[in-house]
Amino acid sequence: MQFMGYKRPEGRAGIRNHVLILPGCACASETCRVVASQVKGTVNVVFNTGCSDVAANTQMSQRVLVGFALNPNVYGVVIVGLGCETVPHKELREKIQRLTSKPVVSFGIQEEGGTVRTIEKAVRAARQMVAEASKQLREPCEMSDILLGIECGGSDATSGIAANPVVGELSDMLVDMGASTMMSETIEFIGGEHMLARRGATKEIHNRIINMCRDYEAHLAAAGQDCRAGQPTPGNKAGGLSTLEEKSLGCILKGGTRPVVEVLEEAERPTKQGALIMDTPGYDIASVTSMVAGGCNIVVFTTGRGTPTGHALAPVLKVTGNRETFQRMEDNMDFDASAVTMLEKDVPTVAQDLLRDVLATCSGRTTKAEAYGFSDIAVDHVCRFV
Amino acid sequence: MKPNALLLKPSDNVVTCISPVKKGEPVVYRRGDELCSFPALEDIPYCHKAAIQNIAVGEEIIKYAQSIGVALTNLPTGSWVSHLNIRGVPRDYDSELI
Repeated sequence: MQFMGYKRPEGRAGIRNHVLILPGCACASETCRVVASQVKGTVNVVFNTGCSDVAANTQMSQRVLVGFALNPNVYGVVIVGLGCETVPHKELREKIQRLTSKPVVSFGIQEEGGTVRTIEKAVRAARQMVAEASKQLREPCEMSDILLGIECGGSDATSGIAANPVVGELSDMLVDMGASTMMSETIEFIGGEHMLARRGATKEIHNRIINMCRDYEAHLAAAGQDCRAGQPTPGNKAGGLSTLEEKSLGCILKGGTRPVVEVLEEAERPTKQGALIMDTPGYDIASVTSMVAGGCNIVVFTTGRGTPTGHALAPVLKVTGNRETFQRMEDNMDFDASAVTMLEKDVPTVAQDLLRDVLATCSGRTTKAEAYGFSDIAVDHVCRFV
Repeated sequence: MKPNALLLKPSDNVVTCISPVKKGEPVVYRRGDELCSFPALEDIPYCHKAAIQNIAVGEEIIKYAQSIGVALTNLPTGSWVSHLNIRGVPRDYDSELI
């Protein structure tokens, strides 16, 4: 099986061919928005960090920025920095250029003499980059080029009954065909971590999954907080999920059954092919941000209550097992898996249909969130701002 | 009778209702080839759980063949099981390491 994608000089192929207008810090986000609005073929992200931060947070922000630039769906990058941020635009650009040969340029707002002058230069650079990108054609790509991020948000009881088992089956099919899949959201392993750990390809991975959950709870406890205060969410409870254990046991089904070959830190890039796990918060927006920074070129997102979320770089395909939600929020839902909930179809049959839609998306079909231009991002923090 | 609830694993002591069930109406679920039913003791909303056997206070609630918490009150067959009458239990991570 193959799909039509954009080959890159190194690493996986892209399923989109964006020019990314990337702020080096929060202060450049608005300038990037204006640049992107001027040049068709570009996307921007809004960044809320990059300054007045402790080292661990800076490291996280940098990992996300560099990861976005390296994402295979990105043809080239126009960076806009301010000039007094923690990591200057030139340093960020050089860091990216050491890891990729894709085109990267950068500008500083203070250096250029304000946003108007910066926008003029950045628009011109973006236009030229888009012209180059537009010459590239889609070519047949192998399944190993797919790195699927697996996410859930706004879960209800149907998530663990239909949407997550269907996506789990999809994940198994993709892994068997040579693709890689990445599941995240450590908080939503808690209560099912003993089951998930059994998928560890090695004893080390088994124990790392358990310790990841323990460390997450301990991290929050050190700040006097309990993860169970925010989980399950009020929406989860209204949707029939009563405890974190119940939510997690349903959540982990979306990762399928294949051996977990690598566990990644948040926004870290994988070194192995197969079923992967990333240590992220249960907050879906932060989790998708981290997985896309880790290189996911497509995201499948299961939901019970319904959510519109999307990401600028990677298409996010919504799957629900709740028929009411699919009908009520059809403008935001991409795939209806409710036939499983209603005992009309079995999981493998519905997963085949989903695989077809995932491959169509990889070959260029837009998801609903993508068509609306939705671009949610949240960079996780390990510590308060300073 | 058509099933209006799902038993996910044979050892579970709750089912999930796939349509709202009114007090006194039957909760119907499939156990293998067999159809089982019991009357709902109260209104049970769509997506919510019903106890399929008597669960005493402190006993585990089993779904996906795993514990999802313990009962805070006695939950006779047909009870609506929700976040209001069960709670999670802290994990024992040490025992899970290999």
